[in-house]
Amino acid sequence: MDLTLSPSEESFRDELRAWLDANHPGREPEGDDAGFTFRRSWQRKLHDAGWAGVSWPTEYGGRGATLVEQAIYNEEFVRAQAPSAANVLGLAMGGPTVIAHGSDEQKRRYLEPILSAEEIWCQGFSEPGSGSDLASVKTRAVRDGDDWLVTGQKVWTTLAHHAKWCMLVARTDPDAPKHQGLSYFLMDMEQDAIQVRPLRQITGESEFNELFMEEARIPHENIIGGEGNGWAVAITTLMHERATLAFGLQVSVKLALRQLMEEAKASGAAADPQVRDRLAQLYIEAEVLRLNAYRGLTAIMRNGVPGPEGSLGKWQWAEVNQALTELAMDVRGPRAVLQDDTWTYRFLRARANSIEGGTTEILKNIVAERVLGLPRMR
Amino acid sequence: MNFDLTDDQRAIQRTARDFLAAGYKPEEIRRLAYETDRGFTDEGWQRICELGWPALLVDEEHGGLGLGVVELAVVQEELGAALAPSPFLSTIAAAALIADAGSDEQRARWLPGLAAGEARGTVATLRDGDGWSAVPDADGADVVVLRDGDGWAVADGTGVSAEPAQALDPTRRLWSIEVGGEREPLPGDGARAADVIAVALAAESVGVAQRTLDMAVAYAKEREQFGRPIGAYQAVSHACAQMLLEVEGARSTTLYAAWALDHEPESGPLAASMAKAYASDAGWRVPAAALQVHGGIGFTWEHDLHLWLKRGKANAYLWGDAGEHRARVAQLIGLE
Repeated sequence: MDLTLSPSEESFRDELRAWLDANHPGREPEGDDAGFTFRRSWQRKLHDAGWAGVSWPTEYGGRGATLVEQAIYNEEFVRAQAPSAANVLGLAMGGPTVIAHGSDEQKRRYLEPILSAEEIWCQGFSEPGSGSDLASVKTRAVRDGDDWLVTGQKVWTTLAHHAKWCMLVARTDPDAPKHQGLSYFLMDMEQDAIQVRPLRQITGESEFNELFMEEARIPHENIIGGEGNGWAVAITTLMHERATLAFGLQVSVKLALRQLMEEAKASGAAADPQVRDRLAQLYIEAEVLRLNAYRGLTAIMRNGVPGPEGSLGKWQWAEVNQALTELAMDVRGPRAVLQDDTWTYRFLRARANSIEGGTTEILKNIVAERVLGLPRMR
Repeated sequence: MNFDLTDDQRAIQRTARDFLAAGYKPEEIRRLAYETDRGFTDEGWQRICELGWPALLVDEEHGGLGLGVVELAVVQEELGAALAPSPFLSTIAAAALIADAGSDEQRARWLPGLAAGEARGTVATLRDGDGWSAVPDADGADVVVLRDGDGWAVADGTGVSAEPAQALDPTRRLWSIEVGGEREPLPGDGARAADVIAVALAAESVGVAQRTLDMAVAYAKEREQFGRPIGAYQAVSHACAQMLLEVEGARSTTLYAAWALDHEPESGPLAASMAKAYASDAGWRVPAAALQVHGGIGFTWEHDLHLWLKRGKANAYLWGDAGEHRARVAQLIGLE
């Protein structure tokens, strides 16, 4: 056991920290378009300095960072309160999926513009009728010469209005068993057969979109991983989503907790033994998130696959973040009925934490079936 | 950055697991708990001493092995999983306090015997009238460390009289004691030793929780109701997943605290309190949830589950309960 950073990990951290110090672009401007333009130029700056796609192998323009270095990268970004890159889904999910399942030609075509933010990616997985049961998607792709014609509806598509490419899971064989009839397409968003509508959420803002496709055209060569292999390719994308998020999430919880502690001290609420007890419990659980995440990395380095800790992290993060925002509301007392500029939003936004990127119920199923070996339900 | 145990630590773990599995079957645990005077036998204790465990933490100068808190935690987790009744933790706790808070002379007098397994020790923390109550493994102990006001004192066991007390946990006997002989104050504050002992208890509770999780999962796979294994129902399988979450969290904080006490002393107090707070809760909640998964059979005296539940619940109150340790966490993270 050695829970310190190695000299090379320390120098990776110091180099990144110094770079972020010198190049931090400041606060993101208000408004969707202004914010997006800001994040796009920030990503160009990151890319020019070799700090975009750190987990990608160097042959594809990444930095080839080790797992611990990727963890440090996510921690340092949040610690510096640096804005995220514009092309988050391309960097964290799309690129790794193309690297894992794409042809050489697809790798040449798609990877570089992801890193430079020249082409933004979005994700078309969920549908109104297919949330947790992803394999039940109904969006259909019908062969038309060298192309496919796609008709259907997707929902919760972040960044769709800025995106050039959509990672789209559609049914190419309606007669095959549901997991086998799917294909994974890269769909060009710049066509009239696709309509993007913002989806207003309980916070009042629109982070997500709905996508309507009426015979949208996709060339056959834009299938990733081969026709009928969409399920396996989609799982790769989802695994990348869960594995790479954990470290940034645990640091963002720590930052929010730090802020709440300062406010509770300033208002005198921290003198209340109940509030102190809940704050201490949250601090401990945030530490558990961090320690579990590192134990998960050790398991991956040892076995090549995530251990049980990996499956637990997203579930636990959702609980901790929700509990934190609930305590913050309680600390405000009767003033919690007034909208403030932080906690009202965070309390509402946190309700999605146990739904987005895998509901807590589905994560518990995964833990029960694949980690504990309990019988499959149904 | 690496959470894996070293090869040596894994060897200690394997030895402990094999030794305890062979020697402490549930029938033997019950026999020791209900049919012996002290809750363990001298022969059983001797076999543990032959493995060198009492010498784990004691430095080499005093005849010990000079190993760390991580090694202690590894052994403790196995002892908790096996629920092996023994005066091991009591003896380790007395040695840790004497090593940490004692004078050179006191260390030289007591530590070699404790390390060699020639002397048994215990620690009395709960002052009650003229004596101390709820003292584990006190009968026949050769050395007793006493909480005395704000400090610690040590007494030779020959001057100590012990009366048996009814304990929640039958696998760790408790006694009320009176100390007739001389009490010699220890000059130090023993703060680090208290953290080490709290982490050792946390590790034991991790083992307790892991074992009952294993029992619940095995039962959920085999027990059928309404025509299928109960583990196929989400009400049951999600309860098991929740148990795993708590076991892994308790293990992570405990390993971290053990490592910090060995290698990063400035983080030790906070890490120890985080571990004891989290493991105190998990150490009884997981067995309680496992009992629920078992249904009626888990509530019977005949089923073994209650033995682990009682150990986990008792551990939650020893060396600071979850609330006390959270209060300390609050203070250490600057919530003044």
